[in-house]
Amino acid sequence: MSLEEDLYKEIILENYRSKKNRSRMDDADLASEGANPSCGDDVELFVKLDGDRVVAVTYDGIGCSICCASANLLCEAMKGKTLAEAMTIIGEYRKMLLEDATPHFSDDLADLEAMQGVKHYPVRIKCALLAWNTVRDMFETPASGG
Amino acid sequence: MQQSQPTMEPAARTSLNVEALRRDFPILTRTMRGKPFIYLDNGATSLKPQSVIDEEVRYYTELSANIHRGVYEFSEEASECYDQTRGIVARFLNAPSEREIVFTKSATESSNLIAYGWAMKNIKQGDEICISEIEHHANFVPWQALAERLGATLRLIPIDPGDASLDLSDLDRLINDRTRLVGITAMSNVTGYMPPIERILARARAVGAVTVVDGAQWVSHATVDVQKLDADFLIFSAHKMCGPTGVGVLYGREALLNEMDPFLFGGDMVLRVRKEKTVFRKAPEKFEAGTPNIAGVMAFGKAIEYLQNVGMKAIHEHEQDLLRYMVERASEIDGLVSYGPADLSTRGGIFSFNVGDAHPHDTGNILDEDGIAVRTGLHCAHPLMQALGIPGTVRASFYLYNTRAEVDRLIESIHRVRRIFS
Repeated sequence: MSLEEDLYKEIILENYRSKKNRSRMDDADLASEGANPSCGDDVELFVKLDGDRVVAVTYDGIGCSICCASANLLCEAMKGKTLAEAMTIIGEYRKMLLEDATPHFSDDLADLEAMQGVKHYPVRIKCALLAWNTVRDMFETPASGG
Repeated sequence: MQQSQPTMEPAARTSLNVEALRRDFPILTRTMRGKPFIYLDNGATSLKPQSVIDEEVRYYTELSANIHRGVYEFSEEASECYDQTRGIVARFLNAPSEREIVFTKSATESSNLIAYGWAMKNIKQGDEICISEIEHHANFVPWQALAERLGATLRLIPIDPGDASLDLSDLDRLINDRTRLVGITAMSNVTGYMPPIERILARARAVGAVTVVDGAQWVSHATVDVQKLDADFLIFSAHKMCGPTGVGVLYGREALLNEMDPFLFGGDMVLRVRKEKTVFRKAPEKFEAGTPNIAGVMAFGKAIEYLQNVGMKAIHEHEQDLLRYMVERASEIDGLVSYGPADLSTRGGIFSFNVGDAHPHDTGNILDEDGIAVRTGLHCAHPLMQALGIPGTVRASFYLYNTRAEVDRLIESIHRVRRIFS
């Protein structure tokens, strides 16, 4: 176990630096903010829906590499999924980090497995979950979104 | 590194025998993440010397009795030890009377005690409270909440965003005839900056405002004389000055303390209780309801004795040396940004920084992997971060047991951050 192998893999750093999904969405169907007050991570998630299908997810805000990389991976993973499929992926992702479960992601979501190493760093797990929990909460109660 | 820095040597050039002092702190023999433990998070809490740990243990193994109640020997001794610490604190602060020392559970409780005991009674709608943008939440949130509740106006002395020092150019407007209370930190917990509190306190006195100095970061490194300081209240906590957690201090002028309402009501703070009415004791007892942290207060006495034996002036000089060395070594790192005034004589032993585009949390994680404990994030000073427009900092904060060799290890580890986030 080492930092470079578990936490700061190239794939995580790439997702951290990526600006592709880092934007605010004016016509979002759902929007919600998540914060970790102890470390200052503060992200806002925006979701565009077509019926029960996710068209696009973007995020904006400040956060560490793990927080932002996980948010970017989330945006990629949610695109084109139905809400039910999205919730399954979120459940799988959370289990990977919280229950040490071996993840079973489909091939197009294999990048998510890069986040696995975070579980060796308990204080960083909340960074990797912030965006995911924020979106899960929105999908569970879609009416409360913006 | 030393070859490229011929004028520097890892040993600090101050009067402290740091290697000997380090042996007093048992935790320094531990490793963290398999590396020698380097503790640079003294702004959050300090390490404890053996004498302090022993005293805490002694209370539970030898006395274990409640105070101010029992007629038996152990209770008498516990009461005496507890009360003696009040005198130790008073002499440490050069307070005129030990009746001006109130024990609380934290500096935060101390500021709340002032808010509830003094301010609730004396501040009215339309009055003003003035604090600053660099305050720790402990000296910010109570006043903001109180102002909101009482319909008072909260004014903030702003920072100069260039170096995070305070901009006093508008002081006479910010502290004016309507100002009833002025709260100011003696040392920023983020940058170590020590604002010119004499000037701020003088202006507060000129308009008749009550003054609160937050000494949580300052008292542990300074020679404090409350009579010279001439503030109405000084708040700080034991755990940042080699003492245990769970003990705070409120120093207050005796007359003001006696005028104030109690904050917590219950046992030990009363003179007599009748069904119709209760008569409270005088300060400080009227503010110490319930069984206090007896072991903690006793151990705090030992902490002050320990610091006085080392010497507050020597501690301050040692930290100044470490800060200067840190600033010098940090200048070799590309992309490192530090916060606080360039004039290091206005700063205590705190170095707050960011490295390139690495988030503070990431930097802290990499330092941790190298056995180095620092604080990362917003440091309970959200308004300051907001004013500086940054998502937080990494903070290395020094104390008497830190060494130049530890600064060297920190620098090496920061280079690792640069490599990962290049």
